[in-house]
Amino acid sequence: MGMTMSQKILAAHAGLASVEAGQLIEARLDLVLGNDITAPVAIREFGRIGVEAVFDRKKIALVPDHFTPNKDIKSAEQCKMMRDFAHRMDIENYFEIGEMGIEHALIPERGLVLPGELVIGADSHTCTYGAAGAFSTGVGSTDMAAAMASGTAWFKVPAAIRVTLEGEMRGWTSGKDLILHLIGLIGVDGALYRSLEFAGPGVATLSMDERFTIANMAIEAGAKNGIFPVDEKTRAWAASVSSRPYTAVEPDADAVYERELRIDLSALTPTVAFPHLPSNTKSIGAAEKLRVDQVVIGSCTNGRIEDLRVAASILRGRRVAKGMRCIVFPATQEIYLAALREGLVEDLVKAGAVVSTPTCGPCLGGHMGILAKGERAIATTNRNFVGRMGHTESEVYLASPAVAAASALAGRLADPEEIMKAPGHGAFTKASTAAGTAAGTATAEREKA
Amino acid sequence: MKTRGKTFKYGDNIDTDVIIPARHLNSIDPAELASHCMEDIDKDFVSKVRKGDVIVGGSNFGCGSSREHAPIAIKASGVACVVASSFARIFYRNAINIGLPILECPEAVAAASSGDELEIDLSAGTIRNVTKGADFKAQPYPEFMRSIMDAGGLIEYTRSRLASKGAAAKTAR
Ligand code: SF4
Repeated sequence: MGMTMSQKILAAHAGLASVEAGQLIEARLDLVLGNDITAPVAIREFGRIGVEAVFDRKKIALVPDHFTPNKDIKSAEQCKMMRDFAHRMDIENYFEIGEMGIEHALIPERGLVLPGELVIGADSHTCTYGAAGAFSTGVGSTDMAAAMASGTAWFKVPAAIRVTLEGEMRGWTSGKDLILHLIGLIGVDGALYRSLEFAGPGVATLSMDERFTIANMAIEAGAKNGIFPVDEKTRAWAASVSSRPYTAVEPDADAVYERELRIDLSALTPTVAFPHLPSNTKSIGAAEKLRVDQVVIGSCTNGRIEDLRVAASILRGRRVAKGMRCIVFPATQEIYLAALREGLVEDLVKAGAVVSTPTCGPCLGGHMGILAKGERAIATTNRNFVGRMGHTESEVYLASPAVAAASALAGRLADPEEIMKAPGHGAFTKASTAAGTAAGTATAEREKA
Repeated sequence: MKTRGKTFKYGDNIDTDVIIPARHLNSIDPAELASHCMEDIDKDFVSKVRKGDVIVGGSNFGCGSSREHAPIAIKASGVACVVASSFARIFYRNAINIGLPILECPEAVAAASSGDELEIDLSAGTIRNVTKGADFKAQPYPEFMRSIMDAGGLIEYTRSRLASKGAAAKTAR
């Protein structure tokens, strides 16, 4: 029986000729990851195993990103515990804040994950690296501890859902809108325990940054992993981040998929997930144009350079609405630097946004942008659960950088198309795409708003 | 092993952000985590929960982040078992790995109301709703997971495995 891409990677790392869905296996790991929230628990548990050293000091990555630069004494203590451990174990991939970034942007940028590899991380968004054609999945701290000692982890081989992409996105629509649309379609447990495997001619139209955004939110559909085929774009990206050899994997022609979905990229529109579930999606045309207090652009979902370019292209030469707090946080120091060089930081600051150092900060309601009772935020992050960004009576709306930036200007939920066409704004459209005019009905609804 | 306690019932998609909000993740102390357990969905949980009580949830229980602080908080609060229609994948894994008993049983969930007295036999996988006078059988654990649980959790399991590997390597030499 044929294997899916995910199954083939698992089989190869378990030393088996083939595996099938439901089988429990033990597999060799190429990278084990943890952050300043999960690693301290893992380090404590690691101590109980009673081994002297980690299995491979080059195959562990420790990233202090959630509460850094340290927001209080307790988080400083946690980071110190991680730093001391990294030092003691001589961990090569420990990233102090001057070289850091949000783990899921940093790990690929540093070439620590390549096609065909197997990665676990004590963070649920470890599934991000599926964009690179790797099998990567989130686990807990105890798994991380055991893996740091043994270099292996147990897996239940997942069944898969194949998502075939056709056509090409138009206008301001981007990878974020595709994944929000998909989660809206199948629900927050629509892919529970399963792989989401992307396929079809539409894949080639997606940039690597978009693929990272999409794979990042596979977990929001409950998936174990999300994975993209390895194509020319993947190979070019891999060559730009690492010179390590890798073995790309393709699904078998007769691979078995539990379910098949087809998405026409040209039919997608900017999409917003309303509180309090990522699956609670509406097309921007059908969304109430609610007043917004804060806009957050960044995170491991949408804090990459393309995201900042889109946001800056909308905010450039304009001002965010009076009373609006617009917070931008580039995902890594490299991205921050690129944004500086390209003049994006200046555009953003001039427009009235604040630009933070890389951190998870506001995404998880940690620091750098907490919401008060009754406040509403539009964020390019990945979760809008109750209390995610602050008070339990605050609200988070998930959207793309384009929708977030347009909303920052309007002071309410806004369609970038509408904002960029408004009098005095000129008729600017996403540079790479022909002027994508939304369907007539959506336009009419927008005009009413 | 048998446990008996009161039911705290919640709905579908109970996420790790409400089980233990991120603002408390700057601690790894089980007792401190337990003192904030479920506070964003049920302010009274912490003051009412007693040793042996049971959390009953709908589908996709424990979805969201991979924070092991969630099952740790539940376990440290005295909860003997979580019964749900289904569990989010990482939560399921974490619970097994740290030795928090969990059972998947949609029928028992449908029948239970908050406050019901539940008697659970973990090794048999049976759930008796004493208040309603009804019996249920949960999905059994796969054998591999049983061996992790029997060892007392993944850490103990890994320790004994690495130790026996080390011993084997020594004899081979
Ligand atoms: S940016 Fe948000 S979702 Fe991503 S790793 Fe940080 S806290 Fe998690």
